[in-house]
Amino acid sequence: MKGLPSFKHGVHPPENKEITSGFASKRFPFPAEVILPLSQHIGTPAKALVHPGDHVERGDVIAQAEGFISSTVHATASGTVKSIELWPHPNGGMAPSIRIDVDPNSSQMRRQRMVPRWQDVKEEDLSKEIARAGIVGLGGAAFPSHVKLCPPKDQPVEVLLINGCECEPYLTSDHRVMLEMPEMVYEGIRIALKALGISRCVIGIEANKPDAIEMMRKTKPDDLDVTIQPLTVKYPQGAEKMLIKAVMGKEVPSGSLPSAVGAMVQNVATAANVAAVFETGHPLIERIITITGRGIKNPGNWKIPFGTKLRDVIEHCGGLTEDAAEIIFGGPMMGLGQANLDVPILKATGGILILSKDECKRQDIMPCIRCGKCLEACPVFLNPQLMGQLAKAERYEELVEAAHLNDCMLCGSCSFVCPSNIPLSQYFAMSKTQLRRLPTS
Amino acid sequence: MTETNIKITASPHVRSADSTVKIMWSVVISLVPVIGCSIFYFGPSAILVLLAAVAGCLLTERLFGSNPGSVSDGSAMITGLLLGLCLPPGFPLWMAFLGGFFGMAFGKIIFGGLGQNIFNPALVGRAFLQAAFPVAITTWPAKSANWWSLQGDNLALPFMSPVVDTATAATPLGNLKFGDDPVVTPLMDLFFGSTGGSLGETSALFILLGGLYLAYKGHLNWHIPLSIFVSTFVISGLFYALGISQFPPLFMLFSGGMMLGAFYMATDMVTSPITNKGCWLFGFGIGFLVVIIRIWGGLPEGVMYAILLMNALVPFINRATQPRLFGTSGKKKEAKS
Repeated sequence: MKGLPSFKHGVHPPENKEITSGFASKRFPFPAEVILPLSQHIGTPAKALVHPGDHVERGDVIAQAEGFISSTVHATASGTVKSIELWPHPNGGMAPSIRIDVDPNSSQMRRQRMVPRWQDVKEEDLSKEIARAGIVGLGGAAFPSHVKLCPPKDQPVEVLLINGCECEPYLTSDHRVMLEMPEMVYEGIRIALKALGISRCVIGIEANKPDAIEMMRKTKPDDLDVTIQPLTVKYPQGAEKMLIKAVMGKEVPSGSLPSAVGAMVQNVATAANVAAVFETGHPLIERIITITGRGIKNPGNWKIPFGTKLRDVIEHCGGLTEDAAEIIFGGPMMGLGQANLDVPILKATGGILILSKDECKRQDIMPCIRCGKCLEACPVFLNPQLMGQLAKAERYEELVEAAHLNDCMLCGSCSFVCPSNIPLSQYFAMSKTQLRRLPTS
Repeated sequence: MTETNIKITASPHVRSADSTVKIMWSVVISLVPVIGCSIFYFGPSAILVLLAAVAGCLLTERLFGSNPGSVSDGSAMITGLLLGLCLPPGFPLWMAFLGGFFGMAFGKIIFGGLGQNIFNPALVGRAFLQAAFPVAITTWPAKSANWWSLQGDNLALPFMSPVVDTATAATPLGNLKFGDDPVVTPLMDLFFGSTGGSLGETSALFILLGGLYLAYKGHLNWHIPLSIFVSTFVISGLFYALGISQFPPLFMLFSGGMMLGAFYMATDMVTSPITNKGCWLFGFGIGFLVVIIRIWGGLPEGVMYAILLMNALVPFINRATQPRLFGTSGKKKEAKS
């Protein structure tokens, strides 16, 4: 594993991927009700097109994207729209959501539709098709994919990077995508390359998934200019800037997008779903999701329709164990703790992690002993020790200007290594929230 | 389904197994061979002096520390042991106790306790003792034939003149600097510890082992001892080669408080720089000062003052060695419109 490219700093949390990496994904039964928030992505929430009482088929558009940075929402199961109301959202608080009573007698066959061959679609129209299918980045941020495929004109993209790192511990959904549908990933790559008008692609995969690396190598089409690059196992290898550094050796300038160094990063699951749009005409309505952790009785990988409630997922996976302590959407490093079992699964939910008491022991916060471990962990070379002091003292202006809070991506590495258990990353998340609330002068 | 035991916390939800308390206690454990070695060479006196220094530190932390539990975090224990290890074996116990009290109270607690102090508390205690009892702290009793007999003046009463007239022996550094018949102590003696000196100063081997163990565990920043050794070796080697100093470079490294200072005192996380770059500078400064003090200073040993002086510079070193932000050239003023 030595000698593989990587980035500087970073941390090595216990991987715990063996819990689910061997489980081939299975189809999840349709729940009695799906809840589809109008905002499952970064950007403007979509605008609802349906009304209570309307019948919808699986795959129908139920909410239209509003503006460019927004994403369309589709019905993930056939049934009747029950209501459009405020519903608990995984990001916290309530959000307007479309509730659909799933028709128990429906075959859940998707409506047949005309699919254009992507080869025949013009470059600039590909991103429109992708937008129509409601595709967002499935790596976690849920940024609308069609926006990424239209980079600024003055910063042409030269390389497409496909992110198969899956550096979050526990999660194995991207791993399963590479094992189960490599052809779809390659098809997605072809489409993205055509939309960007380039030919070069690199797939970055952490070396802890040798079977996925092998599978991607075996299925690689000869006519594609694709390199499969094994990478050092280190968190946060899958962060855009870290992946670009590892693969291209370039640092994305502070405050810039990857296109500044001629790169575009797309998650493997996103690529596979882009392919599905043209293969079957079906929009983004389900994905492989890892249900894992030592707090759930039957962990595994499932193809789950979006909008399925957390409660239904847990029930179907055998329920919580006696010592379940935390329920998290996403991985243990950046995932969001859930307070309500009625929250629905979103497009960006790559995993549901249920930690047992032993896996997330809390320890007392001790004074900082200036050991410098946080500086050695920070992948973007910040000084979390100083930032922590500034955040605690609520000196937000200095935090942004002198300590570069805006470059912090909240990866959690500093909090992970801190021997005094100082909630550094948590302070920074809170500071960012506070700063958004401040009036901009 | 029971939902009552579920907690909601902010990410990250997992933590590394390291903890400050664990780091502190593993430092204590790594000192065990050094302590054992000093007991082997100096007999019960070593135990008594160490106990007195540790008692002074623990009691002070318990009485004046920020919270009643702070004694168990191990940091006061380290201060006590390190202070004890840099005292002569025949040191009066009440002075060792007082040194522990002073080091903790004025070296650490007065600044706000763990993590807040500027100077290494053990060295503050040692410096205080050096100033207050200059004779006692430089009296190195000659080895007694009987392992069981106490060395020097351990049981002296407070503020009384010494009761025992002890035969004294010079330390390797003192001998070479002030002795009538200066000789360079053989390296092997320095390495295995069969020389005179403070309790923990005599065996380079065990300190080296303890330090390597801590460095391996990641509880010690190896940049600091390495840069101290390199700078001491290079600078003293230069002076030796030019005929300015009588100290051979290897002798410099293995004599006096060098090993203990480089591995255990200078690496105190609280009082050393936070960046690796800063640690290089810090270690270089210590090595430089040690050589200067040893060659030209009025004292035979300079490690203590070298570290304390560099401790004072740490905030400035930190300011000067901030990491370069990812995706920038590292220049202070960036062109941000």
